Amino acid sequence: MKRLALLLACTAILAACSSTPKNQVPITEAGGGAPPSSGNTGPSTGNIQQVQAMTPDEELMQGQLAKRSIYFDLDSFVVKEEFRPIVEAHSAFMKRNQGRKVMIEGNTDERGSREYNLALGQKRAEAVKSMLRVMGVGETQLEAVSYGEERPKSTGHDESAWAENRRADIVYPIK
Amino acid sequence: MIQSPHYSTIMLRNFIKLSIALLALMHLPAQAQMTITFSGSGRDLIPIAITSFPGEAALPVGLAQVVRSDLEHSGVFKIVDASAAAPVPTEAGQVNFADWKGRGAAYLALGSVTPAADGKLTARVHLMNIDGQGEKGAFAFTLAPALARVTAHKIADEIYERITGVKGFFNTKIAYVKKSGARYDLIVADYDGQNEQSALTSREPIISPEWSPDGSKLAYVSFENRKPQVWVHEIYTSRRTLVSNSKGSNSAPAWAPDSRTLAVTLTVSGQSQLYAIPSGGGEPRRLTSSSGIDTEPTYSPDGASIYFTSDRGGGPQIYRISAAGGDAKRVTFSGTYNVSPKVSPDGKTLAYVSREGGQFRVAILDLAAGGQEQKLTDTDKDESPSFAPNSKMILYATNVGGRGVLAMVSSDGQIKQRLSVGGADIREPAWGPQGK
Repeated sequence: MKRLALLLACTAILAACSSTPKNQVPITEAGGGAPPSSGNTGPSTGNIQQVQAMTPDEELMQGQLAKRSIYFDLDSFVVKEEFRPIVEAHSAFMKRNQGRKVMIEGNTDERGSREYNLALGQKRAEAVKSMLRVMGVGETQLEAVSYGEERPKSTGHDESAWAENRRADIVYPIK
Repeated sequence: MIQSPHYSTIMLRNFIKLSIALLALMHLPAQAQMTITFSGSGRDLIPIAITSFPGEAALPVGLAQVVRSDLEHSGVFKIVDASAAAPVPTEAGQVNFADWKGRGAAYLALGSVTPAADGKLTARVHLMNIDGQGEKGAFAFTLAPALARVTAHKIADEIYERITGVKGFFNTKIAYVKKSGARYDLIVADYDGQNEQSALTSREPIISPEWSPDGSKLAYVSFENRKPQVWVHEIYTSRRTLVSNSKGSNSAPAWAPDSRTLAVTLTVSGQSQLYAIPSGGGEPRRLTSSSGIDTEPTYSPDGASIYFTSDRGGGPQIYRISAAGGDAKRVTFSGTYNVSPKVSPDGKTLAYVSREGGQFRVAILDLAAGGQEQKLTDTDKDESPSFAPNSKMILYATNVGGRGVLAMVSSDGQIKQRLSVGGADIREPAWGPQGK
């Protein structure tokens, strides 16, 4: 635990000192301060917008990146439009952090053969992986695997439970 | 535990009755118990009486009690009550044929257990043909007390084979996965669920155990490394080898009859496709190239063909290819969802799971006649059928009250039985080869 905290602290310092903006995400003031007007672009005038430096792990806790599950319709393996922003956010993150290996884990509902469901879950994982590849993420960074029906998010036996279990999860393994 | 023969008979009968009546109400003992829940009336069962074997009280478990239980599960025999016989005959010459005929027995097995050298015992059995008023055969086994159960299974095998002409399946092992809370155990047990032993325990799922042809190893899929990988596990030495760890998912191992090759499903191409790998691990060789899912391979007993599940035509159906790969031929045509094929050891029958109206049932197809599909079961969440080594019985998993249980159905669909294991969730059964 101590070692992890130390590691995070070191990473944070490195990120803060870095001259590249790759870990910098604009933060909007919670108090609702006036946005900078378009005319104020000179070197000495206008509001300053604060940038918060974050470690990649902190970044993964924010916004779209905090969402890791892509849900699918019954018997469907197509990533629905509503989940595209999540995949886009992760593709951008993966491209900024090419050292991070990523697992895409496919899942199904409980009905039917376990091995066939493993193959159906794989199709969902591959669909998300393909989308990430099209968005420019490298092949070596990605691995699509399946848990089939073995790892349900909801253990119920009705349509609402099954819908929760038809999904692909984007997983960043702890190194 | 010492039990009088009379008491053990009553206890067995009461247990069966209780199990049926109170299945939903009581917690069953932790040890698995096979319970006959339904018998079809379409076939005549052979009535056979098994007397208690004087001297068997010296054994940890009574032989006659296990023999009766085996024959009751055979799908061929029904047990005639022998508890009122007095004195209990121990030799062929002591049998009163008219008396046993009056009880409705067509056959009678009687025997005795006597001390032999080195702390061992000898069990002698006479099998009498009541209708023919003669001896059908006699045989004996020498056993250490710890082998009482195995010996009883061998006695039941002898009786079964001498009367039906077909080898019995009582001295066989089954494997299955038991889920208890967050824990998964790969269990090896006698065919009747007795003598349960855990070969592997894990906090991650285990699926698809498959017996090596000699019964010494299990191939299976374990998720212990956070992805599905195929392992081969020598169950009596606990030595295990990761044999398939390709990028993506590795699953659905099937032993070729020569034990040297495993067919597996890999996703390195971006789709689930069939490959062959050496059973000790090594380079995969691709067997199928389809645009869809190919999985659940299983070899024909002659090793020439592989049956598998594919959705290349839309919904999942069963197909066959040469074991070397090549063009696939479709095998199942009725319904929109047919999965999990297994060929009977005699090569005549294909068992699989068929979905109709949301219900998953074990079905069979006569491979020789290329014929009609026949639904065997009346349960609705059936999974993973596998044949007894003599092809006469099919073991499968089904679901009762949200919990996985094991069940058996005779290959003609006439006899249905259920195996209950207290509290646990049971899945993925696989019937092992003939014991030695």
